Amino acid sequence: MNAWVGTILRVDLASETITKEPLNLKDAHDYIGARGLGTKYFCDEVGPKVDALSPENKLIFMTGPLTGTGAASGGRYNVISKSPLTGTIGAANSGGYFAPELKYAGYDGIIFENASDTPVYLYINDDIVELRDASGLWGKTVYETTDLLKEENGESFKVSCIGPPGENGCLYSGVLNDKHRAAGRGGMGAVMGSKKLKAVTVRGTGSVSVARPEKFMEAIIDARAKLKAHPVGGAGLAALGTQVLVNIINESGALPTRNWRDGSIFDEADATGGESLADKYLVKNKGCFGCSIDCARVTVVPDGPFKSSGEGPEYEAGWSYGADCGVSDLAAICKASFLCNEYGMDPITLGATIACAMELAEMGAIPEEDIGFKLRFGDPHAIVHLTEAVGKNEGFGKILALGSYRLAEKYGHPELSMSVKKQEMPAYDGRAAQGMALEYATSNRGGCHVRGYMTSPELLGVPFKMDPLVTEGKAATLKIFQDLTALIDSAGICLFTTFGLGLPEIAAQYREAVGTDETDEEILFKGERVWNLEKHFNIAAGVEKDTLPPRLLREKLPSGPAAGRVAELGVMLAEYYELRGWDKDGVPTTEKDGATGIKYEAKVLCDV
Amino acid sequence: MSKQLVVNPDKCASCRTCELMCSFERAKVFNPRLSAVTVIDYEEALTSVPVMCMQCEEASCLKVCPVGAISKDGNGAVVMNNDKCIVCKMCVSACPLGNISFSPISRRVFKCDLCGGDPKCARFCSPGAIQFVDPTESPGRKKAVAERFKDVFGEEVPS
Repeated sequence: MNAWVGTILRVDLASETITKEPLNLKDAHDYIGARGLGTKYFCDEVGPKVDALSPENKLIFMTGPLTGTGAASGGRYNVISKSPLTGTIGAANSGGYFAPELKYAGYDGIIFENASDTPVYLYINDDIVELRDASGLWGKTVYETTDLLKEENGESFKVSCIGPPGENGCLYSGVLNDKHRAAGRGGMGAVMGSKKLKAVTVRGTGSVSVARPEKFMEAIIDARAKLKAHPVGGAGLAALGTQVLVNIINESGALPTRNWRDGSIFDEADATGGESLADKYLVKNKGCFGCSIDCARVTVVPDGPFKSSGEGPEYEAGWSYGADCGVSDLAAICKASFLCNEYGMDPITLGATIACAMELAEMGAIPEEDIGFKLRFGDPHAIVHLTEAVGKNEGFGKILALGSYRLAEKYGHPELSMSVKKQEMPAYDGRAAQGMALEYATSNRGGCHVRGYMTSPELLGVPFKMDPLVTEGKAATLKIFQDLTALIDSAGICLFTTFGLGLPEIAAQYREAVGTDETDEEILFKGERVWNLEKHFNIAAGVEKDTLPPRLLREKLPSGPAAGRVAELGVMLAEYYELRGWDKDGVPTTEKDGATGIKYEAKVLCDV
Repeated sequence: MSKQLVVNPDKCASCRTCELMCSFERAKVFNPRLSAVTVIDYEEALTSVPVMCMQCEEASCLKVCPVGAISKDGNGAVVMNNDKCIVCKMCVSACPLGNISFSPISRRVFKCDLCGGDPKCARFCSPGAIQFVDPTESPGRKKAVAERFKDVFGEEVPS
């Protein structure tokens, strides 16, 4: 077996039965791996109307064919399930070191079924796979759980786990591996917690081989050289991390400020950006497995009220706790972001949910006694305090743990949740980058920036420059970017490789690893197939239509390069559906399904 | 003077690309456990250190080998002749740096051989934590220290 290692672990948590089954190679060929292949397994086995937190839901860990191969930034996996936050298919992606170790142990992925009565963790040491008691780990943070499992089993074991929010059903709790790397979005941690599965720990000593070793090596040498030479994928992200974006996006007038209420220019942005981080708190940078980009930040806030250390913050967390909450204290932003890793929560959704609460509190929609103090924009202590409250499931934190949509709905203003399909949009204002608006509206997992990343052409000029304010051409570019990111996520490599690589380099690595002679376009088409399958699941699940919060559609930006603009979604959406081969309501046509070969039959066994 | 591998842990990003490339060079597969270089992480100290054979001038492995399977090659590498090796693993015990390994897969002893003069760990180390340099020609760290002195004591010559 090349690229894939050929075995799927199936773990029934109720009967404690573990089986090793051969990888479905036909599906692996059609849906690649990781996000695509995991989604294919999921859609074949679980009904779209399943309650995400019921035992009938399944949780899938899946690596890609390039994971662990030496491909540029090839160390990733996806955690796939139905999302309890959005009700869509959930696929959350993470780097670090865990995924390659799983492949070296001999498994492409793990399918968890049903739920355990008592806390357990999955132990994998090459061929030895066991469910073990985790009662002593229940209630522990991500950091504590990781340390305890390494202490018990050995330093060479890698750990992927949940923290208390995952146990407590926080709808945006993540699955964290290697302490700081998160399959963060959509509440995969809550699904894991609902199954009483605390962690997976793995040690592997086997190999991953590729079909054409010499040609594969040529492909990865070429890819690595191009990545290294690129100003963003090379020196840029290594020097300043993803926080380098703060000033760039702010200057474009696209940095949403105070729950997107006050336009998208944050006067104090510079104090929260990558340059300030490098000046004040950065210790060194770090890379995930097999990566040359090295964007991770090892960060220490040495003293003061927010004394802390960890990895990050990433740009989106820096924004959610920074501009979106109107906070300019970088130390507080760092600490809040570290707490999200420590407890296992998505900082985009959590920061944005606090921002939403701040707006609701300022307008008097949330009684002060519900929160426990006078909550206002700009309060650095509030972001840290409320993050801890969600982490510990205390007080107002219990309400914040459900995300901004359910919060805003509870207090009578669902329109103030800056979310799409109940998941918060991250740090780029679609009014100042029209393609991003279309991307948010059509994302298959709700508000998200990594299902296409139109920021790249619109605001960074990579790989080509597009005027962010026009709508022309955005649908066509987005479709290609969505299919390409589906391919990248499914292959097991990092989206950031697109800061230097295009389809030819990515397809070449895939081709030589798995040993196929498919063209670039045929390989990209697999990404389109993944996208269409996700869409089918969402339609069958009854997910709301593709739209944006009214604030983006109606409230004009007050200042900056995009002053006076709203998100002009309607015209782009119609063009997008047509380019996708979907009908005017966004449903894939029979003709399109014929081309992708998708025969989606919604499983009825779990339907209610 | 032949070149040698020099490590700079300050620059190591812990990405383990060196391990991947080494295993591929040796076995045409990707497997960190078949690599002759290993990155050791020190989480608390916020550092990681790549460790590999230093090609000792007075190599214990070479001296202890009972069948003369270990020798020095023209690149200054201490190399293993698998045809002669009886896999007694005495060299594994003898290496004071722990840099000779036994592969449970091939059931062979293996060590760094500098890839015949083009060590892949250094070639693919993106942040430059592993470098392959001529030790007499590369005063790297000395020069960095000297430059600090220059900054403190040096004077600008008016042009």
